[in-house]
Amino acid sequence: MIEIESVSKSYGGVRVLDDVSLTIPTGGITSLIGANGAGKSTLLSVASRLLPADSGRVRVDGMDVATTPGPVLARRLAVLRQENAMSVRLTVRELVAFGRFPHSGGRLTREDSRQVDEALAWFELGPLADRHLDQLSGGQRQRAYVAMVMCQGTDHVLLDEPLNNLDMRHAVQMMRMLRGMADELERTVVLVVHDVNVASCYSDRIVAMREGQLVAEGPTSELMTPELLRKVFDVEVEVHELAGRRIGVPWS
Amino acid sequence: MTAVLTGPQRATRRRRTLLVLGVLTLAVVAAYLTVDVTGSWGYALQQRGRRLAAMAVVAVAVAVSTVLFQTVTNNRILTPEIMGFDRLFVLIQTVGVFVLGAATVTTTDPRLRFAVEVVVLIGFGAVLYRSLFGRTERDVYVLVLLGVVLGSTFTSLTLLVSRLIDPNEFLTLQDLLFASFTSVDRQMLALSAVLVALVTLGVWRLLPRLDVVALGRDTAVGLGVEHRRVVDRALLAVAVLVAVATALVGPITFLGLLVANLARQLLGTHRHAWVLPGAALLAVLALAGGQLVLEQLFGFNSSLSVMVNFVGGIVFIALLIREPRQ
Repeated sequence: MIEIESVSKSYGGVRVLDDVSLTIPTGGITSLIGANGAGKSTLLSVASRLLPADSGRVRVDGMDVATTPGPVLARRLAVLRQENAMSVRLTVRELVAFGRFPHSGGRLTREDSRQVDEALAWFELGPLADRHLDQLSGGQRQRAYVAMVMCQGTDHVLLDEPLNNLDMRHAVQMMRMLRGMADELERTVVLVVHDVNVASCYSDRIVAMREGQLVAEGPTSELMTPELLRKVFDVEVEVHELAGRRIGVPWS
Repeated sequence: MTAVLTGPQRATRRRRTLLVLGVLTLAVVAAYLTVDVTGSWGYALQQRGRRLAAMAVVAVAVAVSTVLFQTVTNNRILTPEIMGFDRLFVLIQTVGVFVLGAATVTTTDPRLRFAVEVVVLIGFGAVLYRSLFGRTERDVYVLVLLGVVLGSTFTSLTLLVSRLIDPNEFLTLQDLLFASFTSVDRQMLALSAVLVALVTLGVWRLLPRLDVVALGRDTAVGLGVEHRRVVDRALLAVAVLVAVATALVGPITFLGLLVANLARQLLGTHRHAWVLPGAALLAVLALAGGQLVLEQLFGFNSSLSVMVNFVGGIVFIALLIREPRQ
């Protein structure tokens, strides 16, 4: 469970997060939606202690992220940012193995290696394991990064736009894998997504933000309404039911 | 495309590369000690041995400081020397002589003198890091430019101050500044060796965390590394090591760049436990080999730093040109 209590954050006088309070329950996929600049990524960064909050606090399983020692928190919560350009050249296996760092401190045990193999298999990276990251396509590389985060073996996994740069096929593949992580491995997955329909089809809960404030949160079915989407995105959106799924169509 | 090697195959290759480097270094060291000895062997070995010891100390200091600096700043082009660390060190010494007088400076315990110099360097490193390499990604070209500007500012200030100095005092200063491997003070050498050994030992415990820090700040924090603390310690080590190397032989700007990148390339990894020994061996190889060539072929008519900077400068330009494709 992630509890966010009246968190605020400003950049150079601009309030990016304005007194946001939110509880993300254990289990399932929660998607953060909102227009560009709504504060989704900032909220994710604050929740994962990559950014310090100006005020308010965040607790993961009751531990304050600002004061909990890094290694302790890294065994409970894993995070992946949008930009992951690295100045070092790694193979896929080396990258994924870094996910075990909070447990192994750099010396992989047999159990660590087993977990690495499992993560590689889960994200279908086995045949690519010994390739260097710069030899992979964007989609494969993205999978490798998510595999590293999964390999960390944490109950909470926070991902900032994991579908960035992925085409339709790879986006669907990624979302299925994340769905599997939530269902079969019982991880709590929190995503920043900019496609509402991805959020609608794959997540259990939606958190909607606008201009640094929380607009609404709740089960996906309750939030996928024309009224709410208009409020969040400032665009008329029709919502249609298609094969049991709610699909928003903004091109009316 | 070359065949994809598996992890164990890469490890075998790394081990072999490091072994070859070690053997080569031993060979060059042996050659340096024994080639063309005329007269007393005892005397020649003692003289050459001391020079060699100085080279080894400088080599380790430069190699370790460069690799650490590049790790905490997440780039492979900038080195402490390129950012002006070594020229700041020269400036500090010059200003010291100017303000306190040569007599005071030379009669001060070298350990105290050195401590003061290192503290200033640490301050500079901290300011540089906080203001330039903080959260936001900076364009590497801007940083290189800044390094050039800082470096030449320090050099100009040094020139200015040395013009103001009394000519007699200036001679003392030159003795302090234009040290070379052929004229290393024995006491200073011992102190430096101890410092470099201590710092390197201290750094050794950080290595696994430094491997993670090299992935970038956010990834490192996400993996539970206390980024700030590791970076602070690494920069502290860098400041001490640069000070040691510069105090012993003066600025050799591109040596670190050369050996750090070559080590990563040859060993095919960024893991510090491999890169640090590799870079240190390469640095010994470059210094001892270069000095050997210098003494035997050019009859001392050139300076080693000129040669190292010539080769290192070419590598630096090549890296800059290649960078956008990474």
